[in-house]
Amino acid sequence: MTVRRSSLAAAVILLAGTALASDTDRRSGFDFMGPQTQAMQADDTANPGMLSVLDGEDLWNTPAGAANRSCADCHGDAATSMRGVATRYPSYDEKAKAPITLDQRILQCRADRQEAPPLAWESPDLLALSAYVAHQSRGLPVETGADPQLTPFIDQGRELFTQRQGQLDFSCADCHDANWGKRLGGAVIPQAHPTGYPIYRLEWQAMGSLQRRLRNCMAGVRAEPYGFGSPEHTELELFLMTRARGLPLETPGVRP
Amino acid sequence: MRVPPSLITLALVLVLVTAPAFAERIVGDAMPDRLAAAPGDPERGRAIVTSRQTGLCLLCHSGPFPEERFQGDLAPSLAGVGSRLSEGQIRLRIADARGLDPDTIMPSYLRTDGLDRVAETWRGKPILSAGEIEDVVAFLATLKD
Ligand code: HEC
Ligand code: HEC
Repeated sequence: MTVRRSSLAAAVILLAGTALASDTDRRSGFDFMGPQTQAMQADDTANPGMLSVLDGEDLWNTPAGAANRSCADCHGDAATSMRGVATRYPSYDEKAKAPITLDQRILQCRADRQEAPPLAWESPDLLALSAYVAHQSRGLPVETGADPQLTPFIDQGRELFTQRQGQLDFSCADCHDANWGKRLGGAVIPQAHPTGYPIYRLEWQAMGSLQRRLRNCMAGVRAEPYGFGSPEHTELELFLMTRARGLPLETPGVRP
Repeated sequence: MRVPPSLITLALVLVLVTAPAFAERIVGDAMPDRLAAAPGDPERGRAIVTSRQTGLCLLCHSGPFPEERFQGDLAPSLAGVGSRLSEGQIRLRIADARGLDPDTIMPSYLRTDGLDRVAETWRGKPILSAGEIEDVVAFLATLKD
């Protein structure tokens, strides 16, 4: 009995220890950037992603579709109605019986409530709306994953994160868990916390979604990238956001 | 999950056909015999090692390549590898490092089996051909210090 209790205590201490270590060790991609790129993100007048946020604000207030309604007609002032929303995505959708991303929610509102033609993935308008909504949560901690209905999907995302793939036969975890902070050619490998999306990426000279970023990583290991809007992308995003719980949102992030 | 007997037979046949080609070349921790008829060319080997499109080596390794600005630090430096390892040891580490150590991140440059979700352009192809690997081996063998 005493043996069992003490080994249980040891296990608890061990668990608490690792949880603490990983919490204090968690760093945003921001922390791995050079001071110039950091300054560009931190200053709203220099951050190119703010232009997309401003476009998003326009779109938020512009009536669209057969319903001729704007987002604001239903949701009012985004500064209050959208505050904190992005910290909980991807979230469980009762109709889909599956998690959906913030982009998918925006597309759903557009189809069902505005009755407007869909926006294409990676289109400037979808990126702008997504940036505008996520920007309302800037500075708030990620809370994704609290809903127990999400558990099997988080597990699926973890599976995708740890499975080796592509001609180079790497898992995401090979780089982002085992080798973050090291140099892969010219780039420092970050921990892969999706806290700044959509981001302005200097290499793209444009805004881009998390899915575009993940497709880049998959192409890097010469794997077949998952399609935009695929369940695999949602599950990976859900896993990454759950893993980033507690870190503040940064949208619009700037990345090299 | 139940595996149909036909699949098991197929797997066995595949193992029998492909494994010896690899396995019978390995002696201890080395692959002593050349993978291609022609000897490798060190100059071509250097170009492959420093290329970000073919060799990809400098994504992870550094080495005596002063003109290359961005070198990785995920792996030991290639400087002096020619005096640390024999040609046969170098050959096996390029052809199939994962065979030596399943946990290493050094890719297996000659393997095409056991891979998942390979993009169409690369499917069924090794990262480097046997001839290219011989070029790289010939070059690394010259890195004595
Ligand atoms: C071979 C290494 C490698 C693999 C494998 C890899 N990545 Fe990455 N990843 C990187 C590097 C390097 C960067 C940063 C690139 C830059 O600086 O622009 C990055 C960036 C990211 C980011 C952006 C983080 C930020 O701060 O914006 C995310 C998210 C990410 N990766 C997720 C993944 C996922 C999910 C997978 C698997 C599907 C994966 N990565 C596979 C090397 C890798
Ligand atoms: C994605 C990372 C990566 C790439 C790309 C890579 N390597 Fe490696 N390599 C490693 C690591 C890590 C080791 C150390 C083995 C270990 O401990 O796992 C290694 C070990 C080696 C060794 C043995 C070195 C020694 O001193 O024992 C040689 C030789 C080598 N690599 C050559 C190459 C060549 C040549 C290329 C390109 C054609 C290459 N590597 C590409 C990661 C890489």
